[in-house]
Amino acid sequence: MTTETVSKKSLLTPFNVITGLILVMGAALTVWRFGWGIGAVTNLDNNNPWGLWIGFDLLCGVVLAAGGFVTSSAVYLFGMKKHHAAVRPAILTAFLGYLFVVIALQYDLGRPWRLPYPFVVQSGTTSMLFEVGLCVALYLTVLFLEFSPAALEWLGLKRLRNLIHKLTIALTIFGVVLSTLHQSSLGALYIIAPAKLHPLWYSTYLPTFFFISAIAAGLSMVMLEGWLTHKPLHDKMSEEYLAQHDDLYFGFAKGASFVLMGYFFIKVIGIAVDNEWNLLGTGWGQWFLFELLGFVLLPSVLYAIGTREKNLKLIRWTSLLTVLGIILNRLNVSVIAFNWHLPSEMRYVPSWQEIGVTVFVCTMLVVTFKFIATRMPIFYDHPEYKDEH
Amino acid sequence: MKRRNFLGLMGAAGVSATLATKAQAGGNVHFEGYPGSRGVLFDATRCIGCRKCEIGCNEVNNLAKPEKPFTDLTVLDTARRTENEAYTVVNKYDQEGGAPVYRKIQCMHCLEPSCASACFVAAFAKQPSGAVTYDESVCVGCRYCMIACPFEIPTYTYDDPITPKVIKCDLCDANIKAGKISVPGCVNSCPKEALVYGEREELLKIARNRIGANPDKYIDHIYGEREVGGTSWLFISGVPFSEIGLREDLGVTSGPELNSGALSVVAMVPALWPLLLAGVYGITRRTDKINTQEKADAVAQAITETQDKANSDMKAAMERARNDKEATVKREVAKALEEAAKAAEEGDVEKEEEGA
Ligand code: SF4
Ligand code: SF4
Ligand code: SF4
Repeated sequence: MTTETVSKKSLLTPFNVITGLILVMGAALTVWRFGWGIGAVTNLDNNNPWGLWIGFDLLCGVVLAAGGFVTSSAVYLFGMKKHHAAVRPAILTAFLGYLFVVIALQYDLGRPWRLPYPFVVQSGTTSMLFEVGLCVALYLTVLFLEFSPAALEWLGLKRLRNLIHKLTIALTIFGVVLSTLHQSSLGALYIIAPAKLHPLWYSTYLPTFFFISAIAAGLSMVMLEGWLTHKPLHDKMSEEYLAQHDDLYFGFAKGASFVLMGYFFIKVIGIAVDNEWNLLGTGWGQWFLFELLGFVLLPSVLYAIGTREKNLKLIRWTSLLTVLGIILNRLNVSVIAFNWHLPSEMRYVPSWQEIGVTVFVCTMLVVTFKFIATRMPIFYDHPEYKDEH
Repeated sequence: MKRRNFLGLMGAAGVSATLATKAQAGGNVHFEGYPGSRGVLFDATRCIGCRKCEIGCNEVNNLAKPEKPFTDLTVLDTARRTENEAYTVVNKYDQEGGAPVYRKIQCMHCLEPSCASACFVAAFAKQPSGAVTYDESVCVGCRYCMIACPFEIPTYTYDDPITPKVIKCDLCDANIKAGKISVPGCVNSCPKEALVYGEREELLKIARNRIGANPDKYIDHIYGEREVGGTSWLFISGVPFSEIGLREDLGVTSGPELNSGALSVVAMVPALWPLLLAGVYGITRRTDKINTQEKADAVAQAITETQDKANSDMKAAMERARNDKEATVKREVAKALEEAAKAAEEGDVEKEEEGA
């Protein structure tokens, strides 16, 4: 779909109307939040200093953007070259994912304009959050550079584009290092709070859990996204992208199946090391098993079946199941099983405004993605650079 | 461990010692506390729940007066926690068949504070005086310190859109350093001497003596001596600590110690990952190259083979053609000869016939 045809069509499509309403609501909430303070719009309190904005916007946002480093390293470092057409969509999603994570964070920070303080005023190097902040800031830059060739091709800035293109491998390696660090550091944030996080989710292996599940999330997100963008952006996709598409599914599904199985095993080891078998019988234990069996073991098996039977439909639905499972896990760690020891009237439930801001941020992400993907060479090669990969 | 050793180790561990301009904020190794640092001993057997300490704290810190006056003791009927306007609160714990027990809570001033090791701008500092202080001027408002504090002490001014900040008891450090008071406000206003301010080492001795002199009256444990690595506030009680709202499942490991494992791995990733990945990339490229080479070789060989075959085919064909030609010529010659012979014969016969 080209810009001309868009403007000729009526702008009052259901998509545009709903998007418009959400953006208006988001603008109002933004004024409310920054004019009247965090307390005016959230259910956060002294017992529950972190809510949906950290649990979903930050933790889920970052893990679901893992598709960028997973795809670029699979293609450039691990030799899955034939899937190179999948790199750009994945990098774009990751870049926008991180960008909007940082934007969402502005709502949650008490004094967001001080965000650079840890790097320019005073550094708390013992803090896991310092680790996270530093890596996310650097990685956002890396992603910007990785994404920029698409924008530069669009703008016709050849020389700069070629210069950055030469850095591909270095950027990919740097991206993997930074992703490893902050994906795991996000889990490590909770290591300091053994008294607050339920023992079934608390583990000294939290960083490893977060990192391994990020790989599964990254692989699954690439598949899920391919599925979701297939229809609306079909005519923007090159034949090469489409031709590799099914094959990519089988490759990534196989990988995700193995990774999820490994994740399942280390989660079990986590229980064994802390000897928490007896806790599995409690209500929390059932909730834990629901997550572990229904959203880790099951998708691992389904992916394996899907690859074996070359069942595209099964693989697609499994990618959705996996992504939902990872979201459930991050919410369990940050909100649901966090502060489990508090009486129910002191527990946190997000306010509608918090949910509203989250929906607002996600909508902005989708709109921006659509804007870029319909204009820049994302799903296809720019004709002038077709042969160099 | 001596402070000098401590800092030396910190340096060796490569953590904040060089970066932190403030007093040590909490690091990677176990820290026994600054020598001569001060704290407070709270004796739950002496506390009568009069809330005078709350008044004292409110006054020295110029806090807003609460809705219900401090003299209203019905406030004690509901469990309370520290709030923005109350750095300390006293709670009542009913006992079966006995008088209720009261317990004051405020920042414990941990020896190795979790809040300090959690803060990414090092806004908290464990002072040599014993106090854990907070510096509002750098605070970004991430509230990770509140997540990290095992005693759920720090509070946040959520309703302030411009200058929200973390709030907690500072052991009256600012006021004492300014010379306004010499003893914390709460300690000063306690009518029952349930609170004693002094050097932590001394407080531990006093606590041990009290327990030793009255073993039936006290639980044989000083809460805060080792909990989460030790705290500057110490508690002794006649009933189990978990019954007066002090968690006994916090363990003796400090926040910084919990973190140290994960932090040490952090250094490994940038050190090793690039090399491993570069290696993998190298292997991939090598494999690619070998593959390409093999492919090229195969193609070349195929070409040579085809060419050879073509050549030999050609040769064979030529040979065959030559042979064929020879054969044809021979055959033709033979044929011609035969025909000639036949013709001659026929000529003879005709002649004979003619002649007959
Ligand atoms: S009690 Fe909490 S706020 Fe006080 S020093 Fe310890 S960790 Fe920090
Ligand atoms: S809220 Fe302020 S003091 Fe607390 S960890 Fe964040 S920056 Fe540090
Ligand atoms: S030490 Fe000072 S700030 Fe802390 S509770 Fe007592 S009076 Fe309040």
